[in-house]
Amino acid sequence: MEIKNKSHKLLKHFSFSLVAVAGALIFVSIILWIADAQPGLTFQKLIQGAFGDATKIANGFVVWVPLSLVAGAFIITFTAGLWNLGIEGQIMLGAIFTTGLMRSMQTSALPPAVIIFLSCLMGMVGGALWASLAGILRLYGGVSEIFAGVGLNFVATAFSIWLIFGPWKRPGVASMSGTVPFDEKLWLVTIPGYRLSVWSLILVAVVFVGLFVVLKKTRFGIQIKAIGKNSKAASLMGIQTRKLMMSAMLLCGAIAGLAGALQVVGVYHRLIPSISSGYGFLGMLVAMLANNDFILTPLVAYLFSILNIGGIQLPIDLHLDSTLSGVLQTALVLFFLIMNGVKQRFLEKAERKQDGE
Amino acid sequence: MESDFLVGLASVIAFASPIVIAAIGETLTEKSGMLNLSVNGIILLSAMAGFVAAYQTQNLVAGYLAGALVGAMIGFVLAFCSITLNQSQVAVGLVLAFLCRDLSYFLGNDFMGFSAPVIHSAPIPFLSDLPIVGMLFFDHTVMVYLSLISIPIATVWLNKTRFGLLARSVGERPEAAFARGINVNGVRYLYVILGSAMVGLAGPIYSLGLKPGWKGSMTGLDGIGWIVLAITIFGGWNPFKVSLGSYLFEFLRWIGLVYQTKFTNVPSQVLQVAPFPLMILTLVLVNIKNAEWYEAVIRLLPPPLYKLLTLKGKRKKAAPSSLGIPFRNV
Repeated sequence: MEIKNKSHKLLKHFSFSLVAVAGALIFVSIILWIADAQPGLTFQKLIQGAFGDATKIANGFVVWVPLSLVAGAFIITFTAGLWNLGIEGQIMLGAIFTTGLMRSMQTSALPPAVIIFLSCLMGMVGGALWASLAGILRLYGGVSEIFAGVGLNFVATAFSIWLIFGPWKRPGVASMSGTVPFDEKLWLVTIPGYRLSVWSLILVAVVFVGLFVVLKKTRFGIQIKAIGKNSKAASLMGIQTRKLMMSAMLLCGAIAGLAGALQVVGVYHRLIPSISSGYGFLGMLVAMLANNDFILTPLVAYLFSILNIGGIQLPIDLHLDSTLSGVLQTALVLFFLIMNGVKQRFLEKAERKQDGE
Repeated sequence: MESDFLVGLASVIAFASPIVIAAIGETLTEKSGMLNLSVNGIILLSAMAGFVAAYQTQNLVAGYLAGALVGAMIGFVLAFCSITLNQSQVAVGLVLAFLCRDLSYFLGNDFMGFSAPVIHSAPIPFLSDLPIVGMLFFDHTVMVYLSLISIPIATVWLNKTRFGLLARSVGERPEAAFARGINVNGVRYLYVILGSAMVGLAGPIYSLGLKPGWKGSMTGLDGIGWIVLAITIFGGWNPFKVSLGSYLFEFLRWIGLVYQTKFTNVPSQVLQVAPFPLMILTLVLVNIKNAEWYEAVIRLLPPPLYKLLTLKGKRKKAAPSSLGIPFRNV
């Protein structure tokens, strides 16, 4: 009886999500119709763009690596009740710190693997430092982490552009194409013929297992959850809210920094102006859509990654802007929120009816 | 030289006009206890929609109306999701901010580089001939005049009219307002829609006047909305101070532009972000009095200085007490 009830509930849950997906697809179809495009053909091209050949499939995972990392990072701060909108900047600082160390160690005699490893650690430090700024502003300056984060993102962008056009500029003429690429032996080893590195995939798995353990099984995880639920009550219970919120920010920043570091050592092999590619914000949307669940987050991140890759072909094939992927991604989250609300109202009504009987 | 300076100040007043209107709109929304974080998206989407509407009808009024309508629609979605469906205002606001931004880039793609009608300045007879004042305040476009008169209107509206007091009552003590028979969530719906419509008006003010045309992500409007939200806090939810904040912001940006010519070795993108650290800094200054350690630190100062600081500190920033807190009358 109970099992039947449970599966019934799961089915209900699933059907609400299905309606949310349908809603988002209908919404995007209307948008496409406004833009004078055929929805059917567009979705078909989107899927072809994502799975058309092996390179495209591999590229989906290339996007998935940083995206799932920052989505995981977002969950930490969200658990502590913080909306960390500064992940974008934390990725950039991770990339900047990594590039900095790589540049200074390029001529050193250390084995490349050590240099890459140290540079990634440096990137984590950079991301954590940038996150600590937002944390200090929030905890000691009374500035909402939302504004602190968004503001610091713009500062980080300016910082990286200044580096690319100033101190780190290419010999000759500086340009938006970034700094001088590193020597090929300092590139993270990728699967031959593709841009995807097995090391990155392993790192994502390690980070996710680590996050799961830290958030679900340790004192730290349980305490920041208490803060996120009710910070006043948590502080009355003797939890050092500030220290823990700061730790959550630092941990989040370190993982975001790692994502930036991997973009440098594994994908671009140099610093480019927009190295964060909007993954910081996208990661937040992924975590929201996955309801901060550790199993769903990598899956949703993969869905968003293939949408990103699929969108690349659209301007060439259909003269549509590739931001369509962004429209679809955000619409999914919006309709998910809507259906969540509908479900709550629906269940509440059902409960009241039961109480009445 | 002096007239250069005057021209500059007049341009500050013109360029601040969309920020003034949007920030007053957001102030009205937040006064009723609702937080609208989608401002940045609304400005982008309404700038695009207003531009396209004006291009297709060759009519400026249609452009401004389209912008306000887009804002009102987004406001309705926000109110529906957060009030009726009880979802987090922060979550819905942020999602809408990014959805609107992507929508503006996607739908505006076909209209990039087109030219729509542009609003011209309409000097007010006689007044514009006055020395200094005439140039500063009476030689602008209609939209700038609108931004100027919206400051006293919003002030009177919030402090003297029944409808304005209604907003404040549901923003401060929704339970008390409810007990007196006020439809709390109805009032909040109206204020979110009204405030968002004003934010939506800011978009076409850019795309049909200050920064004519639509250039996608190169339009340079991304980020303004966050500044608007920060200015609303900076101005303590007071329309007059919020407008002062907007003028101060544009003034500083103008100074940055003037000085940009002196730092030729710094890429222009770097100086363009100067407003954002500035925004953070002002927020710190505004909020610092509420920090716990502040009291401890200023106690170390000599008594006269301490007295001066606490005297000023007593004027509390009037954040609506139930800002961002949902109200459910069950």
